[in-house]
Amino acid sequence: MASRMRFSDLSYRVALYGVGGLAIVFMVAPIFVGLATSFTAGQTLKFPPDGLSLRWYRALLDPVQSAPIHTALWNSVRIAFLAVVGALLLAMPAAYGASRVGPKTAAAVEPLMLAPLVLPTLVYGLAALITFSGIGLRPSFPLVVVGHVVVFGPLMYRACAAIAQRLDPSLVEASTLLGVGPFMTFVRVTLPLMVPGILAGAFLVMMQSLDNVSVTLFLADARTSVLPLRMFQMIEESLDVRVAAISGCLIAIAFAGLFLAQKVLDPRRST
Amino acid sequence: MNRGGLPFLAPMVILSGAGFLVPLMVLGAFSFADPAGGLTLANYRRILADPFALGVLVDTLALGAKVVVLTTLLGLPIAMLFWHAGPRQRSVLVFLTLLPMLTSNVVRTFAWIVILGRQGPVSQALVSLGIFPVPKSLLFNETAVVVVLSQIELPLLVLPVMAVMARADRSLVSAAETLGAGPWRILWTVILPLAAPGILAGWVLVFASATTSYVTQSVIGGARHIYLPQYVYREVGILFQWPSAAAIAFVLLASTGVVMLAVAALSRHPRLASHG
Repeated sequence: MASRMRFSDLSYRVALYGVGGLAIVFMVAPIFVGLATSFTAGQTLKFPPDGLSLRWYRALLDPVQSAPIHTALWNSVRIAFLAVVGALLLAMPAAYGASRVGPKTAAAVEPLMLAPLVLPTLVYGLAALITFSGIGLRPSFPLVVVGHVVVFGPLMYRACAAIAQRLDPSLVEASTLLGVGPFMTFVRVTLPLMVPGILAGAFLVMMQSLDNVSVTLFLADARTSVLPLRMFQMIEESLDVRVAAISGCLIAIAFAGLFLAQKVLDPRRST
Repeated sequence: MNRGGLPFLAPMVILSGAGFLVPLMVLGAFSFADPAGGLTLANYRRILADPFALGVLVDTLALGAKVVVLTTLLGLPIAMLFWHAGPRQRSVLVFLTLLPMLTSNVVRTFAWIVILGRQGPVSQALVSLGIFPVPKSLLFNETAVVVVLSQIELPLLVLPVMAVMARADRSLVSAAETLGAGPWRILWTVILPLAAPGILAGWVLVFASATTSYVTQSVIGGARHIYLPQYVYREVGILFQWPSAAAIAFVLLASTGVVMLAVAALSRHPRLASHG
């Protein structure tokens, strides 16, 4: 009996650390492969890379050769910025509002607001194209922004709702008793407390918007090229090593954002 | 007990209704429309009668199911590491899970081109082991798409499970240990039922995401292995067959809906529901 117990403990440990460790390597390693490839000195995509250099990052900065990439990046940044602003104006107040209505009302509208997170965005892209065309709107830059706010706004909602639900209602009540109106109470009392949720939500919306293809594909006109689609075309056409350099930059942004988030949003500090 | 929340809530509700729900309803209606403006099932009949379209549909649903299985097999051990870890190791695990999730899909797909390419590490390893006579690309087949999508969607399964585990009541585990249950038995009878709501939520996210990841499917699958997103895009962008694109997109939406309903039914299962 005792030896069988020990075997079960041992096999559990082997499975836990063996399979778990391998799964983590599988999940994370591709990012480091992508990063290492971007520093290659060679002409082709190869891992391990042929020597180290920054030549592909320099090629990426070349204003003439890389002009299409710069245009696509500029479009993507503008779309992501506007999507974050849109989410901030709509989803962040909604998260506060949901904590100030009855639980039945909140339970009724929450699935509707969160639905874009679980339903395939590609289906939404096509649905939005058909609907907008039906009311006479051609694919364009503003439509892409609207699509991104609809699809990624819920990320801001979820990040802010997590905080709004935990807010002490007596703070708002105190402000109301002092004669401050609901809007000013929101701006002066609630908003500052929601900053961690807003930052987390903004980061998520920005990253998803910068990466989105399935909505942009249907709602952008031919002139509005965006970074992920440009990269996709470069991969399909020529396996350009500059894609590795763009990847390196995007990985650095994800890494920096996550690092900052863990510092700023550390639960042991904010409470 | 409305305490002035409605005016803050209303704009987002209106946007979700007008901007999300209405287009999906228009899509549904469009898929039943005939050119004269009447109702028809012709768009659906055409998909069912076309072996190519039907094949694409079946392949896509099978792809979603395979990715769900593989992410579960790999994701649960990661979640179990999280379960056994202390607070410091836990934040490292969360970091390692969030990093790939926040890295662009295109970037991760691109990394896999390097990994599975002719000059990549896998091909080189297989040559030095004598399995491949010459370096060879491992891209452009279904297995590659399943493996790559599993890596890309893995955080979507792991994170909800971690979220449930972080809130879980551990007294049940101590009780099981006191009663002499071994670690495997505790895993099956206590931890997995506790984690089930997170696992089920993860399945929905992984399925919806894997079946619609246009870039990964196109780049890793190549031109010969087509899935629904490429099919829909071709119908819309090149052939201008909007009604049939709407029909096939609606089928994809419906199949995601079926997965969600199945998951909801599972979560009402007595053994799972008892843990909330």
